[in-house]
Amino acid sequence: MNATANEWPLWEVFVRTKAGLDHKHCGSLHAADPKMALQMARDVYTRRQEGSSVWVVRSDQIVASDPGDKDMLFDPADDKVYRHPTFYKLPDAVDHM
Amino acid sequence: MKASISIPADPKVQYLLRIGDTCLILGQRLGEWCGHAPIIEEDIALTNMALDLIGQARGVLTLAGNLCPQDYDEDQLAFLRDERDYLNPTLAELPRGDFAATVLRNLMLSTWLKLLWERLLDSSDAELSAIAGKALKEARYHQQHAADWLQRLGDGTEESRRRVEAALAMLWPYAAELFESDAVDAAAAAAGLGPSSDGLREPWLSEMAAVFAELHLSMPAQGPFRSSGRRGVHSEHMGYILADLQYLQRAFPGGAW
Repeated sequence: MNATANEWPLWEVFVRTKAGLDHKHCGSLHAADPKMALQMARDVYTRRQEGSSVWVVRSDQIVASDPGDKDMLFDPADDKVYRHPTFYKLPDAVDHM
Repeated sequence: MKASISIPADPKVQYLLRIGDTCLILGQRLGEWCGHAPIIEEDIALTNMALDLIGQARGVLTLAGNLCPQDYDEDQLAFLRDERDYLNPTLAELPRGDFAATVLRNLMLSTWLKLLWERLLDSSDAELSAIAGKALKEARYHQQHAADWLQRLGDGTEESRRRVEAALAMLWPYAAELFESDAVDAAAAAAGLGPSSDGLREPWLSEMAAVFAELHLSMPAQGPFRSSGRRGVHSEHMGYILADLQYLQRAFPGGAW
């Protein structure tokens, strides 16, 4: 048995600071089950009034892109400035854009 | 060395000290887990709860101090009394023991405090009622946290089950004291300040029974032993925890940072 076989599974923690905003990833923790993961997320990540809602997700349930595919997946966007909506002339009435 | 302060015989002050000292001493005990809990997340959880309790103690001790003719502040009450003038139930001062003992004591005392805060919402003292409003939320979380852990330990391995049973045998005899009423209780109830202790017994037993039933644990029978911390007569452990708590204020009177 390897050393990690005895460890509790890893969970990713997402905290929403207030209603209307999105849940943001803020870290991870080890916990035995969903209930414990939620309680620990509350205790570890919302001590300074950061939260109004918490999500936890088993880390092994997250499907992630392969870092080795980074060039293929993301570099092609580098020279496509026209995808940014910065080439339009905005009417004066539209502020703060 | 700063001389010890003395406490008036006013039952209202004594009633408040019994509550405030429970929070203060239990908070100090939980704080001992800082850096020693089985996992880092639990380390943070236990010290969070310790700080909740110390916050509650500050509120209640400040209120008690205002009622003393000497107008003591929270620090004087927390750090400058002699052992006999601390009025927490003995259960709060017992050594933290292993994790099972800590969890069981937290369940016993957070359930008791939760029931108390619920009733103190209707206190005739507006400030006490406001403290109860804030503390009740904290106590509800403490109770749930402790109940969940007790469940895990009671339902866990042979070893964790054995430790829960040992903790129960050790701590249960100290529960009786929580529900003994005397003249201090009677005065508080008559003035509408707060409930008499005996009124909490039935609801406490029924909430404890609900947790125990899921674990197939039976509540031990109550023997003749009665602890007496709420009357100021403490166990041999009290002197040591007060030495820890008071050392700095006694060595550097009025020291602050």
